[in-house]
Amino acid sequence: MNLRSSVDIISEWDIVAARQLGRNEAKDVGFGTVDQARITTAISELARNIYLYAEKGNIEIKQISEGNLKGLLVIASDKGPGIADVRKAMEDGYTTSGGLGAGLPGVKRLMDDFKIETVVDEGTVITATKWMR
Amino acid sequence: MISRIPILKLRDCLIVSIQWELDDQTALAFQEDLLAKLHTTAARGVVLDLTPIDFIDSFIAKVLGDVISMSGLMGAKVVITGIQPAVAITLIELGIRLENVVTALDLENGLEKLERELED
Ligand SMILES: Nc1ncnc2c1ncn2[C@@H]1O[C@H](COP(=O)(O)OP(=O)(O)OP(=O)(O)O)[C@@H](O)[C@H]1O
Ligand SMILES: [Mg+2]
Repeated sequence: MNLRSSVDIISEWDIVAARQLGRNEAKDVGFGTVDQARITTAISELARNIYLYAEKGNIEIKQISEGNLKGLLVIASDKGPGIADVRKAMEDGYTTSGGLGAGLPGVKRLMDDFKIETVVDEGTVITATKWMR
Repeated sequence: MISRIPILKLRDCLIVSIQWELDDQTALAFQEDLLAKLHTTAARGVVLDLTPIDFIDSFIAKVLGDVISMSGLMGAKVVITGIQPAVAITLIELGIRLENVVTALDLENGLEKLERELED
């Protein structure tokens, strides 16, 4: 099984579209309400970061499975400015936009696996997975 | 496409029941509308009911936190009601602690709590 769906993030409204898609996919996989909220929140954070810092990009959501384990993989990619200091960006409270600085460290805690690949001036790809228990 | 959230007045309190998912623009418009209404009505308290809200991200959390501080500056107390368990869990995992925020289980409890707070 490898169902995928994606939303291009171009305007603020696409943030809403991405998290709605995420919630529907999470429901479809069979996640409970708390995990649905975790996944929806994580997607909202990643989509807003794309919109704020890279202007545009894409959120891809894939239903995945490993043996009996089912899960949801979220890939947030952009060709924006990249993140120069990933360690800083992952700190609670670090923000360059007057936000709460809660997004990236929050996504890491909300999801099970979390990975950032980023190159300055080339862009950022963040992958996050949630497994169903 | 901005939808305005209705703000009702009951005695010296404002009551807001958020009925659908908050997008960024709606949240910001609400912040302005609430402060304007506080100014014109001189209300002393606000009950903000979030019962139908099924997730809160860092942006919405910031707007809500700002609304509470700004209302405080204008002399009004805010009570938040109806936070779903899933929302409470994700907020903490995000690292957001709405500290010093008065909360209550539902609208009715919220109004009672607010009236008690306004008496002291
Ligand atoms: N896709 C991205 N491209 C470039 N920089 C990014 C990207 N995502 C995050 N950043 C950088 O990492 C910092 C931390 O991001 P994070 O989401 O944790 O906080 P924030 O967006 O500043 O605030 P919040 O998410 O709480 O509203 C951002 O301020 C920004 O400088
Ligand atoms: Mg962010």
